Amino acid sequence: MSAIYILWLRQLKRYFRSKSRIAGSLGQPLLFLVALGFGFGPIYQKAGGGNYIEFLAPGIIAMSVLFSAVFSGIEIIWDRQFGFLKETLVAPVSRFKIMIGRTLGGATTASFQGVVVFLMTLAVGFRPHGILSLLLAIAFMFLIAVLFTALGTAIASRMEDFSGFQLISNFLVMPLFFLSGALFPLKGLSPTISLIAAIDPLSYGVDGLRDALTGAGVYGVGMNLTILGAISVLLFAIGGYLFSKIEI
Amino acid sequence: MNRNVIEVGDLVKIFDGLAAVDGISFEVGAGEIFGFLGPNGAGKTTTIKILTTLLHPTSGKVSVNGFDPVADSENVRRSFGIVFQDPSLDDELTAYENLEFHGVLYGMPKKMRRERIENLMKLVELWDRRGDLVKHYSGGMKRRLEIVRGILHHPKILFLDEPTLGLDPQTREHIWDYIKNLNEKERLTVFFTTHYMEEADRAAGRIAIIDNGKIVARGNPAELKKEMNASSLEDVFLAFTGHEIRAENSEAADTMRMRHRLWTKRK
Ligand SMILES: Nc1ncnc2c1ncn2[C@@H]1O[C@H](COP(=O)(O)OP(=O)(O)OP(=O)(O)O)[C@@H](O)[C@H]1O
Ligand SMILES: [Mg+2]
Repeated sequence: MSAIYILWLRQLKRYFRSKSRIAGSLGQPLLFLVALGFGFGPIYQKAGGGNYIEFLAPGIIAMSVLFSAVFSGIEIIWDRQFGFLKETLVAPVSRFKIMIGRTLGGATTASFQGVVVFLMTLAVGFRPHGILSLLLAIAFMFLIAVLFTALGTAIASRMEDFSGFQLISNFLVMPLFFLSGALFPLKGLSPTISLIAAIDPLSYGVDGLRDALTGAGVYGVGMNLTILGAISVLLFAIGGYLFSKIEI
Repeated sequence: MNRNVIEVGDLVKIFDGLAAVDGISFEVGAGEIFGFLGPNGAGKTTTIKILTTLLHPTSGKVSVNGFDPVADSENVRRSFGIVFQDPSLDDELTAYENLEFHGVLYGMPKKMRRERIENLMKLVELWDRRGDLVKHYSGGMKRRLEIVRGILHHPKILFLDEPTLGLDPQTREHIWDYIKNLNEKERLTVFFTTHYMEEADRAAGRIAIIDNGKIVARGNPAELKKEMNASSLEDVFLAFTGHEIRAENSEAADTMRMRHRLWTKRK
């Protein structure tokens, strides 16, 4: 237990100490909110979609949690490069516990980031429909965070250096985000895009968040929670296995 | 009776066709200080990584404190402390936090952990700088901190992979005095590598010389000197390993390693 705690604590300390990283990672969601929100807002309204900021805000929150979570998972590569990974790998703690501690730490900071972005959306005019639903929204942020931290860990366990980083960013993280329904409604799409969105786990996170904050969900809370939970467990198992196989 | 705490039999480790460790056998008794010497790229670090569960051997028998590093890794991990050849501290944490992290991971109770950290940090004169982020430490300070971390949890065996690399003579002497002291008082078994032959001569009860993955000599430093009719351990070392520079050799291997990495990435 204490091993998991200290690993979790380390992630938090590292996160809160790198102020520039926090500031940097808030710039992107702000840009998306302002540029897309105000840029597409009028068209969206004219087309009968309603208030676009209201639609977009949950998507942008989900985006920042996604980026932050994958990045936390991938941080293992940093630890490998700077040598600290060896210190944890020779400790008499099962690799699975190390994986749990790291993932919870990464998921906590990613959720924190989601909350900060949520506050930013308030500043650009987003109004959630209820205070109580905020708790459900935070639960969804945490689920998204666990899922994608585990995914990042799984991938990073097989990478020796940063050479594959760009690849992951461009061919995994970006598509996950853009095809998730974060930016456009999933209703009335062509079957191909609908199908792609349906196999993108982030879709269920975005939908869950949107449902919690504005009541405009498509899949329903039960389905969103079940799918996110199931995929998290699966990725956790895969990530844990790959992590346990690391040799340096 | 001198029970062996490390036993290695016909150990082989092959990296993409290159035998980094090529059938070595040796044992280290409880309470011994054992020097593992060899030119660059000889296979010292690879051997240590296998003994400390970081790498799986290709073949051969290994036992550390009576346990198999592959089948029984957690028991092996409980038995040793290590100072790695390359840096392994978390730069974004303070020195104290690095040690605290280690103590908690190794399950040390709070009170004992705090006392031990304070004692050891005072000993290596880092106590006043305990709250500094490690990235603000000098190279020598980092090394001292790593050595403290290696012995923090009272391990039975201490692995030191070039522990005094980059340290000034004063600090080196200090650190060896302390390690020898622990060795005598707590019967700590020490397995170390170094490129400073006079250091090995002074500290080690027994040494083995490894070259190209094979052990080419072993014994007590004084006896080896006498046997070879050499005035220093350095001469013994050169007599066994020749005068050629190994950089070329290991550079070629490093290039191969790089290439291999690139290729496996592309798959
Ligand atoms: N992960 C790896 N993949 C491929 N080759 C490796 C790997 N690790 C080490 N080698 C090769 O194995 C050989 C032995 O390396 P090792 O690090 O054990 O040498 P060493 O005796 O510790 O040398 P030094 O004194 O320079 O630290 C070298 O030729 C090295 O290039
Ligand atoms: Mg080495």
